[in-house]
Amino acid sequence: MASQKKGTLDKNNKYDRQLRLWGDHGQSSLETARVCLINASATGTEILKNLILPGIGSFTILDGNKVQGEDVGNNFFLTADSIGKSRAQVATELLSELNEDVSGDFLEENVDDLLQKNPAFFTSFTTVIATQLSERTLLDLGKVLWTANIPLLVCRCYGFIGYLRVVIKEHTIIESHPDNFHEDLRLDYPFRGLKEYCDSLNLETMDKKEHSHTPWLVILYKYLQIWEEKHGGKMPKNYKEKVALKELIKEGIRKNENGVPEEEENFDEAIKSVNSSLNATGIPSDIKALFEDPSCLKLNSESKNFWVMVRALKEFTENDGNGFLPLRGSIPDMTADSERYIQLQTVYREQAELDSIAVAGHVHALLHNIGRKGTISDTEIKTFCRNSAFLTVLRTGSLEEEYGADTANTEELGRHVMMEEEEDASDEGDDTVLYILLRAADRFFTEYTRYPGFFNNSVEADIPKLKACLVKLTHDWGLSAGLKDDYIQEMCRYGASELHTVSAFMGGVTAQEVIKLVTGQFVPINNTFIYNGQRQTSTTIKL
Amino acid sequence: MEADWSSRWDHLQKIVERGGPFAHPDFEPSPEILGFLKDSCKILVIGAGGLGCELLKDLALMGFRDIHVIDMDTIDVSNLNRQFLFRACDVGKAKADVAAAFINARVPGCKVTPHYAKIQDFDDFFYRGFHIVVCGLDSIIARRWMNGMLIGLLTYEDGELDQSSLIPMVDGGTEGFKGNARVILPGITACVECTLGFYPPQINFPLCTIAHTPRLPEHCIEFVRILLWPKEEPFGAGVAIDGDDPKHIQWILEKSQERANEYNISGITYRLTQGVVKRIMPAVASTNAVIAAACATEVFKIATSCCLPLNNYMNFNDTNGVYTYTFEAERLEGCLACSNKPLSVTFSETDKLQDIITYLQENASLQMKAPGITTSMGGKNKTLYMQTVKSIEARTRENLKMSLKELGLENGQELYVADVTTPNTLTLQLQLATSMDNS
Repeated sequence: MASQKKGTLDKNNKYDRQLRLWGDHGQSSLETARVCLINASATGTEILKNLILPGIGSFTILDGNKVQGEDVGNNFFLTADSIGKSRAQVATELLSELNEDVSGDFLEENVDDLLQKNPAFFTSFTTVIATQLSERTLLDLGKVLWTANIPLLVCRCYGFIGYLRVVIKEHTIIESHPDNFHEDLRLDYPFRGLKEYCDSLNLETMDKKEHSHTPWLVILYKYLQIWEEKHGGKMPKNYKEKVALKELIKEGIRKNENGVPEEEENFDEAIKSVNSSLNATGIPSDIKALFEDPSCLKLNSESKNFWVMVRALKEFTENDGNGFLPLRGSIPDMTADSERYIQLQTVYREQAELDSIAVAGHVHALLHNIGRKGTISDTEIKTFCRNSAFLTVLRTGSLEEEYGADTANTEELGRHVMMEEEEDASDEGDDTVLYILLRAADRFFTEYTRYPGFFNNSVEADIPKLKACLVKLTHDWGLSAGLKDDYIQEMCRYGASELHTVSAFMGGVTAQEVIKLVTGQFVPINNTFIYNGQRQTSTTIKL
Repeated sequence: MEADWSSRWDHLQKIVERGGPFAHPDFEPSPEILGFLKDSCKILVIGAGGLGCELLKDLALMGFRDIHVIDMDTIDVSNLNRQFLFRACDVGKAKADVAAAFINARVPGCKVTPHYAKIQDFDDFFYRGFHIVVCGLDSIIARRWMNGMLIGLLTYEDGELDQSSLIPMVDGGTEGFKGNARVILPGITACVECTLGFYPPQINFPLCTIAHTPRLPEHCIEFVRILLWPKEEPFGAGVAIDGDDPKHIQWILEKSQERANEYNISGITYRLTQGVVKRIMPAVASTNAVIAAACATEVFKIATSCCLPLNNYMNFNDTNGVYTYTFEAERLEGCLACSNKPLSVTFSETDKLQDIITYLQENASLQMKAPGITTSMGGKNKTLYMQTVKSIEARTRENLKMSLKELGLENGQELYVADVTTPNTLTLQLQLATSMDNS
């Protein structure tokens, strides 16, 4: 018992800096993750390193290759004396040293063979990461995982280019942690608790100290009432009216015996807040779209907690919520005495609690109606309600769609190819062109079983061949592309080299996307990320 | 020592032994470039923490073999979630030593030389010996100092910068899921001082809130840290708070909880208490990996000319998707650090010396911490004020209240300013307005 407690204390210390980002519940999710890496390339081991350090549950490396001299040159988790040994085994051993809480395993087997023999191997993981796979193998793997709804991340580094594709049928996010958001204050539609509290305070009769320590929320509420009385019950709607409201509030600042306004910070804050705090309370369009999603409208006994709660949220907004989402229940810090700030905070918290209980009522009724097994905890419902304005659903297309000539997003690709043609894009070109080049290099590989420029003696000769591949590729998309020859030449220079620093960059990016998927927090990319190491720029495209 | 095996450098050789349309105009593909990295190029890494560990690995695998690393810290348990060259058994040892030993053992032929020391312990002779300096620091002051050092090494001939005196500085920084990487060519592109505005100001709660109107759990913790601890001295007279001592944190936690209860404030936890006391920044392995990699890529580009370096600043954030923003930070005209021009400041005769000190601390492009001022009078050096040496502080404190006229300062007088943010003494030219001009 005592040693167990010590263990948890150690984890609190060891993971302290990241627990501040995704919390104990995020960490628990991470610790149940079973991650499969296909191929212990430099990129592959860098990704795993950044997952093992924060403490995923377990990892398995699948790799049928033996360690080569060039592998040791760019991979930190292989050693020179391991040349000729199983790459999966050596990398697993060296990676396992990073964190004793993570268990590592490996399988030395050819990916194609395993896909034939035992596809269930791949669906036993929570996430699969693929590096150094051919187009054909990738598509086979993609099919298996797509059907099982297991996220697949495809990462590759090619010269100064980094590429990451996230493939997932559906991923739902409750805690998206937006960097910027509006507070949920309801000054335009004050709820009963807020009304009662504000009405119980009288600015006129307060002494000087009390007056200058009244929270700005209350001040704004009071002056909005005065405003609305004068304007037929309407809130200030444009810039001019907001300026007028500010003037009105300014009048309310107490003056000393000489008629000079006192310094009242709370009034200054109230005036400043006119611009930021009078946003119309409503349901964001993204959330409205979720309400119309078939997964919400057609619940069944297999429905995920997320969709049951979305449906409950919809019912809440249509009934008890009077058209609004549940109250978030938090207020920003503001100049105020402790007592009234805490009272005001409690008013918001209590209403949020009531709203959450109401949503929970809908949740339980729905679970009963659809005959779904298992309940949804009050804590989960509370978290859901608090984040109800930020819910996000991610659905990427499948690899099969992306690679199908008829289903590829040629509109998106065409737009970028056109841009490349029109502008003199040598400086400001779009990094999407790098995706097209990677696909052309793959086609080259399919045709010649080597990458363009892989051998020193064929760099020049491969340039026109790669160009021909590119033309065919864009032709299949129905595009008439004329990419600059510079790009094709540079691509042949790279010769499929994997530079350690590009691998390390993509290793960080990819690991974080895995963490997002596993914890259900923060928003992953949708769906292809391209890194340009030459210019230190990047772009995300939906393919 | 020949540590190479067959095909070891295959990946890198393609980049440095083949030309390309996007390479630097000076680039001449050749096997000699790899030879230069391996045999001659000398890199200094500042910091062996989250970024430093990554940087050492990245540089070693990109062919660099003569790397020095400076770090004044020892290893803590909370480093282990990202500083991957350290293990639980290394806790308490010097970061620089452990990191260097690990790299040297793992990457044959690479020689990392550790310095368990402060950057201020080394002089310009030491710094002049490097081709490129890479910083992976969490301290703004240390960054500014390093920036000042490299600018101090520049030499000018007839106002023209001598290019051979220039040492590029590549700088990375991270916090949580955000980070940035930049390339500074001292004297040519924007330096750290040119862009001081990029650093967010440190947020301090007003003392009156902490003392009289706490509203947040943080206010209660700050009350205990700032006001209660010095009063009660719970671990003996003069014992300062040690944020890593669980007994200290536990005491602050309990007292903060008492205060929070008194005001009905909820949310005091051990984690929050330690976070406030130590001003902890969240950190993850992934962001450090990304930023260090971007920095190491830039070092490689500068050392090999294989393509153009970043011009000159990249921001990164992967909270919502993965986002980068790359732009050219602009030089600040008349930057006190890198413009090679003395700064001219205007004060009135009746202004006090304190007014100059306040100006140096509060001016957005100076932001000094504890500036000391000397000047030359009648051929002698005179210390007007110095805070860092106790006896001199006591002797010069009275000067703060004196007017510039009373101190005998004249129009055009040169003031020499020293501060922890720079290794150099900065020259200010005092423009003294008489009270009449001023009115």
